[in-house]
Amino acid sequence: MRLTCPNCGDRDSREFTYKGAASMLDRPAPDAGAAIWHAYLHLRDNPAGQVEDLWYHGGGCGAWLIVTRDTITHDVQAVQLAEARNAG
Amino acid sequence: MRVNGKGRIDRNRPISFRFDGHAHVGFAGDTLASALMGGGVRLLGRSFKYHRPRGAMTAGSEEPNALVTMRNGARRDPNIRATVQELYDGLDAQSQNRWPSLGFDVLGLNDLAAPFFGAGFYYKTFMWPKAFWEKLYEPVIRRAAGLGALSGEPPVEAYEKAFAFCDALIIGGGPAGLMAALTAGRSGARVILCEEDREFGGRLLSEVEEIDGQPADDWAAGAVAELRTMDNVRLLPRCAVTGAYDQGTYGALERVAHHVGDPKGAPMECFWRIHAKRAILCAGALERHVGFQNNDKPGIMMAGAMRSYLNRWGVVPGKALAVFGNNDDAHRTARDLTKAGLHVAALIDSRADAPNLAGDVPYFPGAQVSRAYGRLGLEAIQILRPDGSQFRMQVQGLAVSGGWNPSLHLSCHMNTRPIWNDTIASFVPTNDAVPGMSVAGAAKGTFSTAGCLTDGAQAGLEALRDLGFSVQSPEVPEAEDAPYRIRRLWTVPGKGRAWLDFQNDVTVKDVKQAAQENFRSVEHMKRYTTQGMAPDQGKSSNVLALAVLADATGRDIPDTGTTTFRPPFTPVSIAAIGAGSQGKGYAPERFTTSHQASEVAGAPMIEAGLWYRPSYVPVEGEKTWRQSCDREVRMVREHVGICDVSTLGKIELQGPDVGQFLDFVYANTFSTLKSGRVRYGLMLREDGFVLDDGTCARLDVNRWLMTTTTAAAGQVMQHLDWVHQAFCSGLKMRFASVTEQWAQFAVAGPESRELLNGLLDVPIDDAQCGYMQCVPVTVGGVKARLFRISFSGEHAYEIAVPARFGTSLFEELVARAKTLGGGAYGMEALNVLRIEKGFVTHAEINGTATADDLGYGRMVSAKKDCIGKVMSRRPGLSGPERAQLVGLRPTAAIKEMPAGAHLFEAQSAATRENDLGYVTSTCYSPTLGEVRALALLQNGRARHGEMIKLVDHLRGVETLCEVTDPVAFDPEGGRLRG
Repeated sequence: MRLTCPNCGDRDSREFTYKGAASMLDRPAPDAGAAIWHAYLHLRDNPAGQVEDLWYHGGGCGAWLIVTRDTITHDVQAVQLAEARNAG
Repeated sequence: MRVNGKGRIDRNRPISFRFDGHAHVGFAGDTLASALMGGGVRLLGRSFKYHRPRGAMTAGSEEPNALVTMRNGARRDPNIRATVQELYDGLDAQSQNRWPSLGFDVLGLNDLAAPFFGAGFYYKTFMWPKAFWEKLYEPVIRRAAGLGALSGEPPVEAYEKAFAFCDALIIGGGPAGLMAALTAGRSGARVILCEEDREFGGRLLSEVEEIDGQPADDWAAGAVAELRTMDNVRLLPRCAVTGAYDQGTYGALERVAHHVGDPKGAPMECFWRIHAKRAILCAGALERHVGFQNNDKPGIMMAGAMRSYLNRWGVVPGKALAVFGNNDDAHRTARDLTKAGLHVAALIDSRADAPNLAGDVPYFPGAQVSRAYGRLGLEAIQILRPDGSQFRMQVQGLAVSGGWNPSLHLSCHMNTRPIWNDTIASFVPTNDAVPGMSVAGAAKGTFSTAGCLTDGAQAGLEALRDLGFSVQSPEVPEAEDAPYRIRRLWTVPGKGRAWLDFQNDVTVKDVKQAAQENFRSVEHMKRYTTQGMAPDQGKSSNVLALAVLADATGRDIPDTGTTTFRPPFTPVSIAAIGAGSQGKGYAPERFTTSHQASEVAGAPMIEAGLWYRPSYVPVEGEKTWRQSCDREVRMVREHVGICDVSTLGKIELQGPDVGQFLDFVYANTFSTLKSGRVRYGLMLREDGFVLDDGTCARLDVNRWLMTTTTAAAGQVMQHLDWVHQAFCSGLKMRFASVTEQWAQFAVAGPESRELLNGLLDVPIDDAQCGYMQCVPVTVGGVKARLFRISFSGEHAYEIAVPARFGTSLFEELVARAKTLGGGAYGMEALNVLRIEKGFVTHAEINGTATADDLGYGRMVSAKKDCIGKVMSRRPGLSGPERAQLVGLRPTAAIKEMPAGAHLFEAQSAATRENDLGYVTSTCYSPTLGEVRALALLQNGRARHGEMIKLVDHLRGVETLCEVTDPVAFDPEGGRLRG
């Protein structure tokens, strides 16, 4: 498997570490309540089709990436910097 | 036997070799199979299950029968296909799966008992008694069945891994592949051409035909010569592409040194990982058999294989030969044999209306071969005429063609199924089955040479245009363009066993029985009969088997479907895949600047992640590690000790918003820390458990230095990157790991300041550098950082200098420590010192401990949000039901309270249900003169002073001990601050 890091270009998957679903970016407010925090930490969809994953380019630039890919075809459709989505 | 005037072998270069201990001679260019056939040897092995005598059925890597063991001792290499193994001087091969000899095999009795051994025999027979399976049935079955055996010794031969990148990967170097490579190569694109044979040319090496007026193999040689002149083309012969993977990644196995007696240091095999923007599959086609009684006798082979043996190696399996087929291609074998002056006793074509294309041979249209005779090799065949009459004919060789199956395997590696093409009575690949891969030539079902050349040129053109290269349409040479006419023939009716899967001994009857017992799905049939599950993955049997299944279940073939194609296309040795990963493999070794000094001092080094640290630093007269460790602990408590702590993660943070960031990643508050101060910090995971701990110093207003534990340095860096980029990338700050840039040494003990003041350019005192302060200092003119922090509980410092000064500073520190009665100390002493003080490491921060468990509950600031805060407040993550950090002291003179020992109420049984916690760290404390331990104990904080039972079931230790505060030594911390 290969990923195209927006900073470094086309690289082998072994440079990257997988974290999980990109929903981890949507951190609830501290007072959001137990149910929402539980869902944020533990509940994941498992779709057949398009997903957004978080990958860490630890063997490269240290960027966290949002990888859009298809779980059926394994096609990687897009790679963007997590930073770009959360310029908070 | 050899055929004069035929073959591409060099008859001036005879090669001696041994097979089963007998001396033979072949020629340069021979394979082991062709050389043995040349010497009149047809019997090459015994089958897997019934130990049936078998010979070479093919002339390539798809060979199911002719598996041999190469070489001896630790170099022994089993299951090598004799049809692929090139001959070399001194080659020594053994047949397999026979005892005592290939000619007389005791387990050949299995064949007589065959009526009992049909499909599902093992499933049905060895069901009970259950206890017999592991001890009796499995060992017996394993011994009886099987292929060659490994040596059982560590491999002595080298294996290699390699990586390559290209614009176009061309898989297969036959007419289509060569044409595709020429087209792509001429455009200037980076091309890799892989061919699993030692020579490029594919079927062109085995056929008598012309391309552009010259012999086909000469044309192939010319094409290869042109490709060799191109710097942008890499030719990889002896290299089989074994799998297609995501994003244009391909695996390939190169047999580097299997064809020489002495590899001279070269690896036996190299496993390639090739990344290609486009791939063109030109893998050709494989011929299939026809099911008839005893169709596995040595001497019976595929018609195309017999042409290969004749035209490429100048050998045939006997004097009288026959050809049996259902398609025009089979006639070429009869034609070539006759033209070579050999006796073709019969050409049998199941199609009654097919014209004879072979010339002057006895022709039997509409007839079939219904049975073969012979014990260790083919002696005769029985021919079934269209009118139903049968007669016997003496032959030693029979060429069979049931048609050709495109080698589409790689196109199905990403889960696409092929589609049925009725015209060629076989499966063909679908378009875009693998993204970026196209298929050309026979692999696509185009069987004429002219068609393959055109196909290859076109595929090359399209692939390169796709990539934006300007490509010239190549001139396609003239070549044979005969149509491929075929009529389905799967099995010949009759009694007896007709073999489908030769490698796993599956017969037509087995497949029918599977259908009868309702294993009607092709995947079920496969698993029930084991058809297609041998190392050849059913290359020559799959289509035939599912045709039989379709027939038995009353469906047509497309409805029956195929099983799943999975990598690898040909067997890949684990040694090649794992090349370079033995022992330490590619794991880097990280050395501190004091590494050499520790080694010179005789310190045994232990691994800490990728780092190496001294376990202890012995002095003369010390015989055990404990003697050294006890001395080093006393040295630190009484005088001064030096320890390299450079392996701790060091992360430098700069910018006005660092304080805000640290407040968010640490549980406690940092933004209030003043310049020149250091604070202990606790980091949580988002789920509320402790991630890591360490100190963080504010060097000046906008510059901070965080330390992490050695073990979690990488993890913390990743975590900081995550928090920063995901949640607060707008903060004005940046950070970077500086672990390797600074060498840092602990100077610990009551005489540490005295030592430093003899060394620093300007001495320090408590006012400048009190407990938890940091100051810039200079040592011999070198700018250094001094931190007043302690992991030993003593008055202590850590001094950091740029790494290039580390070696000299360490030696200077140790030398000065020695004059004060101190010296260097290692990991064992460091551990004892911290256990005495109740400081935690990752033995306690074990991933299931919360801040509250460790007694740090109040560090989680109530005034601000931080990572992990919300979840750390969950019910169940704090309170008396949790295991909390405590100290343990013995109640009697015991020698050990082992780490890993579990804790129980004094009066209760030591069972899982009564488990109250376990010992995390333990040591003999020379300071206190007894064993001490840290433990995580349920409701431990409320139990100080109580007695608890400690049981180590593994080491057989059981004792009572007293629960104490984790801090066993100097609880007030006077030594630390003083």
